[in-house]
Amino acid sequence: MNLHEYQSKNLFAQFGIPTPKGKVVTSPQEAYDVAKELGGTVVVKAQVLTGGRGKAGGVKLARNPDEAAEKAEAILGMTIKGLIVHKVLIDPAADIRQELYLSVTNDRAARKPLMMGSAEGGMDIEQVNRETPEKIVREHIDPFLGLRDYQARNIASGIRLPREHWKQFTDIARNLFRCFQECDATLAEINPLVITGAGTMLALDGKMTIDDNALFRHPDLAEMRDLQAEPPEETRARAAGLNYIKLDGDIGCMVNGAGLAMTTMDITKDVAARMGINGSGPANFLDIGGGAQADKVAAALRIILSDPKVKAVLLNIFGGITRCDEVAKGILQARNEVKMDVPMVIRLAGTNAAEGRAIIDGANLPNLQSATTLVDAAEKAVLAARAAKEAKH
Amino acid sequence: MAILVDQNTRLLVTGITGREGLFHTQQMIAYGTNVVGGVTPGKGGEWVEGKPVFDTVKECRESTGANAAIIYVPARFAPDSIYECIDAGMELIVCITEGIPIADMMKVREHLDLSESRLIGPNCPGLLTPGQAKVGIMPGYIATPGNVGVVSKSGTLTYEVVNALTQRGIGQSTCVGIGGDPINGTDFIDVLQLFEDDPQTDKVVLIGEIGGDDEIKAAAFIRDHMTKPVVAFIAGKAAPEGRTMGHAGALIEGGRGTYKEKVEALLAANIKVAQHPEQIPDLL
Repeated sequence: MNLHEYQSKNLFAQFGIPTPKGKVVTSPQEAYDVAKELGGTVVVKAQVLTGGRGKAGGVKLARNPDEAAEKAEAILGMTIKGLIVHKVLIDPAADIRQELYLSVTNDRAARKPLMMGSAEGGMDIEQVNRETPEKIVREHIDPFLGLRDYQARNIASGIRLPREHWKQFTDIARNLFRCFQECDATLAEINPLVITGAGTMLALDGKMTIDDNALFRHPDLAEMRDLQAEPPEETRARAAGLNYIKLDGDIGCMVNGAGLAMTTMDITKDVAARMGINGSGPANFLDIGGGAQADKVAAALRIILSDPKVKAVLLNIFGGITRCDEVAKGILQARNEVKMDVPMVIRLAGTNAAEGRAIIDGANLPNLQSATTLVDAAEKAVLAARAAKEAKH
Repeated sequence: MAILVDQNTRLLVTGITGREGLFHTQQMIAYGTNVVGGVTPGKGGEWVEGKPVFDTVKECRESTGANAAIIYVPARFAPDSIYECIDAGMELIVCITEGIPIADMMKVREHLDLSESRLIGPNCPGLLTPGQAKVGIMPGYIATPGNVGVVSKSGTLTYEVVNALTQRGIGQSTCVGIGGDPINGTDFIDVLQLFEDDPQTDKVVLIGEIGGDDEIKAAAFIRDHMTKPVVAFIAGKAAPEGRTMGHAGALIEGGRGTYKEKVEALLAANIKVAQHPEQIPDLL
């Protein structure tokens, strides 16, 4: 789960990291009020869960409250990389002498948290890593010991930070790691971490990602999820306990198991490309888990069908311990519960697959076909979607 | 022969009295796995499916001589269960549980590396040595004994492949699900080495997915250290960047861990890569 800049900086502040004394607002009037309260020049920053806000015109300076209201008016409602701006952060403008970079993330290969520091603040760290990896100083952190002060000094020294800032830098590094660990983050990034004209350090921009699997022990963080930033289908799927990711194709996919669900998407996309049908492909990733019980299938069908782009549904179930004949009965029951006029292709594989197919075929329902192989299923779904589209024209 | 589990496996089940634990204990016993006991704190002294239940792993191991443990407890309790199994000296620990926070797994892995235990998983379907032992949740009847080793990050995708192999008359030595989490106990290379050393295994199927670089390291290992042919399949060609595709580890981050880079690494190491899982029997 990604957090907004303002949420990340609020958490940083709770862990003792100095941040600008700004406020998040949703209207030009509030922007005016906050700018007036702060006094002086402010920065109006779009709060969207994507990078490149500055380039898209989502970050503007305002010299007085009237300007702040004006800029907020322009930025609110703006679309940045497909995301609508619903909130802006009003921060006092900082007097920047130097920009640094500091983050903690998980290094999968080393199986440890990794702190990275760089004197190249304000840049995309992936780009720095590609072009000048020597400018990033790295310290792996023992998950039991936590960050040791000497490791923070290694980074300070490595990025040639003037010694007068080492104490504050060490405090910030230690607190950033605490914030990372105590929030179960997978990323806590300060970019830039600035040295101001007055010679103190400030976390000017921040980004955090929280481990979804750890949200059960952070109800306060779970509430920070921005539901406006995700498709409504994803919100509904989460509530139904389903793992759903919206994509942009026309074939709704429902599969048991994450690996098989990815594979079904891959094959559907390949088949659509091979058949030369532009715009056709998977409309979503959806793992309905083992068993494929009727109630889960029905819930998943409702979510898939609420996407108006979906012109066909491909159901791919491997029946293991739950046999395919049982799965077939569940699917037919779910299909009875959910009103649908979209064609459906069902592929059952595994235990009692033939019996399962016989049940599907025996139902003799319009708009319902069974398939044998993965490729066969994908071809039938792509053709069914095309036919459904043509019938509408 | 085969690897990791066989007729000599003496299995204890943690979470044996839970819904999942009980169901799969019945399934494992029906398959012929030698389940010797179970553990549920507070339920010591009870019996489940004719097997004694203990309060602690240590007691269960001492009383039953168990040499392998399987964990079916929920994610918030699973790390403790893994630590308990490690500290009780279990040789093999299989954790089926999905959804363990990555921070917990980093600590588990540190502790594990200091021990003699091997951990398979978490977030995995477990192991199956056809005709001998099933330790996990794989549907046993789709597999048949043979000479192909299967190692995979996925559950149902593995069943697809095993089913396809069996239907073509190609049997398996052992099927190993290493799990779809970013940090696990046993990786591709560990299992590839075991298959390389196993006299029953002649060929290997590797099923990977997007995220991380395990498949790339596996490609280098196969090229440098394996004499047995390997056929691979990678899931997630159509997956968007920055989204976790069901498995916590199936995530393309900062342009890394893509389908393309993994397939290129495998092909560069002269490993056959199937376009879709149904091609695997042909490529073998």
